[in-house]
Amino acid sequence: MSEQSTSRDTGAVENTVTPAKDTVTVERAAAESGGGGGGLMSGSFGRNLGLVVALLLICAAGVITAGDRFASVDNLLTVLRFASALGVVAIGMTFVITGGGIDLSVGAIVALCSVWATTFATQSMATDFHWIVMVFAALAVGAGCGLVNGVLIAYGKVVPFITTLAMLAAARGLAEIISERRTQIVTVDGFKVFFSADVFGVPLLVIIFALVAIAGWVLLNRTTFGRRTLAVGGNPEAARLAGINVNRHTVMLYVLVGLCCGLAALMLVSRTTTGSSTHGTLWELDAIAAVVIGGTLLTGGRGTIVGTVVGVLIFATLGNVFTLNNQDTSTQAVAKGLIIVVAVLLQQRLARNANST
Amino acid sequence: MNDAPLLTMRGIVKRFPGVLALGGVELEVRAGEVHCLLGQNGAGKSTLIKILSASYQPDEGEILWEGKPVTLSTPQAAMELGISTIYQELDLVPDLSVAENIFLGHELSTAGFSQRSETLRRTRDLLARLGHSEIQATRSVGRLSPAAQQIVSMARALSQDTRLLVLDEPSAVLDQGEVDNLFRVIRDLTAEGVAVVYISHRLEEIRKIGDRITVLKDGSTVATGLAVDQTPTSELIKLMTGRSIEYVFPPRSDAPPMTGDPILEVIGLELAGVFTGVDLSVRPGEIVGLAGLVGAGRSEILETLYGARRPSAGTVRVAGKELRRGSVPAAVKAGVGLAPEERKSQGLLLDQAIYSNITVSTLGRFSRFGLLDSRAERKRSTELTESLDVRPAGVDRLVRLLSGGNQQKVVLARWLLRDCRVLLLDEPTRGVDVGARAEIYALVRSLADSGVAVVVVSSEVEEVLGLADRVLVVREGRVVHEGPAGEIDESRVLDLVMEGKVA
Repeated sequence: MSEQSTSRDTGAVENTVTPAKDTVTVERAAAESGGGGGGLMSGSFGRNLGLVVALLLICAAGVITAGDRFASVDNLLTVLRFASALGVVAIGMTFVITGGGIDLSVGAIVALCSVWATTFATQSMATDFHWIVMVFAALAVGAGCGLVNGVLIAYGKVVPFITTLAMLAAARGLAEIISERRTQIVTVDGFKVFFSADVFGVPLLVIIFALVAIAGWVLLNRTTFGRRTLAVGGNPEAARLAGINVNRHTVMLYVLVGLCCGLAALMLVSRTTTGSSTHGTLWELDAIAAVVIGGTLLTGGRGTIVGTVVGVLIFATLGNVFTLNNQDTSTQAVAKGLIIVVAVLLQQRLARNANST
Repeated sequence: MNDAPLLTMRGIVKRFPGVLALGGVELEVRAGEVHCLLGQNGAGKSTLIKILSASYQPDEGEILWEGKPVTLSTPQAAMELGISTIYQELDLVPDLSVAENIFLGHELSTAGFSQRSETLRRTRDLLARLGHSEIQATRSVGRLSPAAQQIVSMARALSQDTRLLVLDEPSAVLDQGEVDNLFRVIRDLTAEGVAVVYISHRLEEIRKIGDRITVLKDGSTVATGLAVDQTPTSELIKLMTGRSIEYVFPPRSDAPPMTGDPILEVIGLELAGVFTGVDLSVRPGEIVGLAGLVGAGRSEILETLYGARRPSAGTVRVAGKELRRGSVPAAVKAGVGLAPEERKSQGLLLDQAIYSNITVSTLGRFSRFGLLDSRAERKRSTELTESLDVRPAGVDRLVRLLSGGNQQKVVLARWLLRDCRVLLLDEPTRGVDVGARAEIYALVRSLADSGVAVVVVSSEVEEVLGLADRVLVVREGRVVHEGPAGEIDESRVLDLVMEGKVA
């Protein structure tokens, strides 16, 4: 009976109670028979759609309350420019969480990288040699912090929460010591010119974010590394018994997020033309929130880069809409909290449906 | 002894996806008796007691308590009737004290404030009643010996009004003196009218403490209410092994290549405290079976030679080359594959597609510069799943949705794809229904015929005897017998395996 009505009118599906589950299965089956899509995309497809709807709702609210001030190319690029550095961190965070871990130290690592790349010594070398020195400094410091995290977690068997909490404290402290809590201004012109460039009107920072997102998607969905990340996060014991070197892989995951922090620090330094030990404050929360509302399982084993990107955009747009309406950051924080809770409740419901099929 | 039954279970049926765990169990327990539950591993004893403690709900059948039908819907409901279960793996909270554990869930309190001195006093009374006043009530349970922890579990059962006490292999962790004390406690309890359901593999113990016996086999009751003193041991072993399911084993190769050099050689392998002095050599094309009780060290032997545990002594060689100790990647690289005991928690990525479960150990072969060719992955996986007849077809399906037998085929396909030379199978047919079992046996045999060396661990003696060319019997961490499978029968193996400590 219901088959008849659905075949006549697909819209009628939403009127019955049971098909909610069926639609998920149908979407999955459709994506699977599509072949090229792969199992991972299919699972998150429905969710991503929901996220896009949420993003559109926020945009609609922006248009209604702020009109042209919101709906302009300039404003759009501003939102993206501000979201891009955090976005890069969130991509890295997606890998760590998919691999069954967590990294609370990302904000502190960003601060340390930004400071290290802008010290007088680094900048003198950059002036004498080439501004690329600053890039290498930031990336090396980020990777180094990630390496320490990863080795402690994989071989020291310290739980990720504690390890990265310790790194959070230590890295920010070190950034304060190095900078003597002063804001370090960027004087290397080559660096400033390069990073503030536009490509066909699109800021380079936005392009970097897009490239990192694409690279992240390929890495997670199309490479050995990504498949192993899913295995390690989904069932570490099974991964180990299948012959995967779980410890080494874990280290690589934290190094990867460290590298993302280094890159994000460079983007932040160029946007603000400063390095500071206060950069990236509370970014760990923003990054984790974006990853989780994106649909990546906090327990590991399933991750979606597309979801993370949309998650980052949702928070960035929300912030923009609030700012345009002269709302303070406190109201914004409350709205953020609500969104996180609703998204996670939804995610759990979907997970339960998936298990019962 | 009162002859009216305290507990009656009739026609209990329990199904798990793809498996009939219990297919009509009858059990009748009287107040004041020790009723022994006997059966091989996998006969359904654990499932039955989980139904008694309301961890599982039966799909069919009825439970009568003092002649009245009851539904055991929650563990609390079972406890309120007076059913207490002491599991093999004790369920105590290690960081809480003895007294806190005993009264956990029914704490003594006034208006929410715990009555500490009353709790301690009653704990001491209970421990004294059990003959163990030396256990300190304030000590944390994690620091007690296994035997003492078991006493705490008993005290916990007694702290409530227990009328039926279920003991699941209580003597496994005890030494002789402690077993004697346990029996004394059981006799005290039955004298007070408590009924005891006692599960053990050790026939000697059952002779000593039991009143009546119920024998389970393949999920059904084959005999119930047998008087312990009137049933000879040979009769019990016959009941436990008597065949109701026809296992279909493929014929052994006529001329097994017993002359070739062994591909797998294990010399003096030891894992401190678990097993010691294990020597093993397997030739290409040969299937070697390890038989023994759960906890005898069989699975640990497999896991250690696979590198998943680091041995305290001994060497493992594959094709003459010594493997690095405690390294799974080294073993996999040398051509060893393991289908682990706990398929779901150790073998599979349940929420991922069949094909990615198959290729997970062979990813390098499908990638160029790290980029995966998932079309090739699917193609190879499809060929394998078709040749193994994994149903339903379709390699994009999530592994979670397959039955036990088909999940096992996926694990085997993983190692087939890797062309492994040594295959270690731990309980290859656990949770697999009868039809699929025959397919898996045939598959293992054909693998061996193609030159793979296979080591099989199974709790089911007939499986080991039917499948393997050569059998090793393991008891308490030592190999106690080795010989061709054709020269030993099931009751001899059971004899070797169950030769208990109780004289």
